[in-house]
Amino acid sequence: MKLDTLAQAVGEWLRGTGPESDIVMSSRVRLARNVAHFPFVSRAAEQDRADVEKFLRERIATVPAGQKLEYIDVGRLEEIDRQFLVERQLISREHAEAQGARGVAIDGLEQVSLMINEEDHLRIQCMHSGLDLRGAWEQIRGVDEQIGKAVAYAFHPRWGYLTACPTNVGTGIRVSVMLHLPALVITRQIDKVFRSLHKISLAVRGLYGEGSQAMGDFYQISNQTTLGRTEEELVEQVGDVVPVLIDYERRAREFLVRETQQNVHDQVSRAYGILRTAQTISAEETMQLLSRVRMGVLLGLIGDVKIADINSLLVRTQPAHLQKLRGIELDTKDRNIERARYLRRHFEGHAAEGTN
Amino acid sequence: MKCQQCDKQAVFHITELETGEVRELHLCEDHARSYLNQSETGGGGEGEEKASPGGALTGPLAVGQTADELALLDKKACPMCGITFFEFRNQGRLGCPHDYVHFEKELEPLIANIHGSTQHTGRRPDRAATGSPLPEGTEELTGVIGLRRGMQEAIACEDYEKAREDRDAIRAIEERWLGAPRA
Repeated sequence: MKLDTLAQAVGEWLRGTGPESDIVMSSRVRLARNVAHFPFVSRAAEQDRADVEKFLRERIATVPAGQKLEYIDVGRLEEIDRQFLVERQLISREHAEAQGARGVAIDGLEQVSLMINEEDHLRIQCMHSGLDLRGAWEQIRGVDEQIGKAVAYAFHPRWGYLTACPTNVGTGIRVSVMLHLPALVITRQIDKVFRSLHKISLAVRGLYGEGSQAMGDFYQISNQTTLGRTEEELVEQVGDVVPVLIDYERRAREFLVRETQQNVHDQVSRAYGILRTAQTISAEETMQLLSRVRMGVLLGLIGDVKIADINSLLVRTQPAHLQKLRGIELDTKDRNIERARYLRRHFEGHAAEGTN
Repeated sequence: MKCQQCDKQAVFHITELETGEVRELHLCEDHARSYLNQSETGGGGEGEEKASPGGALTGPLAVGQTADELALLDKKACPMCGITFFEFRNQGRLGCPHDYVHFEKELEPLIANIHGSTQHTGRRPDRAATGSPLPEGTEELTGVIGLRRGMQEAIACEDYEKAREDRDAIRAIEERWLGAPRA
């Protein structure tokens, strides 16, 4: 697969379609699986890892779901290409930074990705745009069933599917939704919401999952437990809370428009202004401002920008994407200049289109 | 190794596991006691289930397990992958599927605290559909991990006869349970 071609597309999670996509960016389900006759990855010698990689790659290629996938040898990729896959959420940061034989198999729509030799031998992920946990679960179940016929997954009657970390044992399932919650952040209700989520055993992480600081008001909600409940129950556990959060966010947005319209309009317009005129800008600031503009568009405060464009900019202004689109490697300082240039050009194009 | 909070020797090595995040603590006896007491009172009244997942690992220490007993437990190693409980506690990652059998007693309170359950109720592999002779559990197959390790050690010691025996045993298991040799 040509990664450069991927750079031109947006990827499933930012397509911006699907139910409730004004708030729910994407729905994701992943399963952790291990091959019964090999040590777990962190305990595997170099040769074992190479054997696992070869074994799984070959077996996956024999099942119908696997034949639709393109395999990428992550161990042989340049750092920038690994970073690129992380930005598209097709591999994890840990997978990108790991050592030894490892790979990822991806489908053309970027809905399915199979990571080989991440923390577990196999991590199957399925991502759908908008709120569609059930659809993502049905799809991943099919893929898992097919691979499970070709590979003896490590399984114990009491403990279920065996994983390298006991936090994943049992179903090995992690069900998550990525939400855009700018109004809850602005109205300072977000911490309260998170505290109540923790009480019902749901985890909250920022986009890219580093610490609690979310970039651009994007938050991932997921199940914390994997044992003692069925996969369907866990899908429901996360699914049940999403409409509540959507309702909170919508009410907070309405409140902002009703009570502080001038302030919100000002904030959103300033964010838009900076994005259109800055000469150098960091990835973090870009994401923060795009988040505000995204909310502004949804509130009808900015007219000439499409949500799909904002979503696409969210990923294309990331460091590796920027460099791949430009075709050269750039250091941080030059990236910030290139990012500002890219944003100006993008919005100028819009302005031009608007006047035509 | 020194205690993270003073200059004394660290004798307690605690691994906190929270939603996949691993946090390591290396503490002297005094600081370990105060840390453990703190996490106990933090988790509700005495004798109650502790709220934090990490409480599971620290729990057994707090109810009077001595450093000697702990050291003994830490040295307990899985016969398949060779990982010791100490290594697991340090890394937060197990070494192979057999660890769930070999360390079952030690893992049980930890898993109960993380998940609030010790019994899988989700999907199970459908071996019948594939015509596989393998039972639902995969213990038999996991046995090759120990044999492979033995074979590698034998090769390193130039004990080629043992290496051959191990290789044949691995093939026999794989043929029996997987229907064909793996490679």
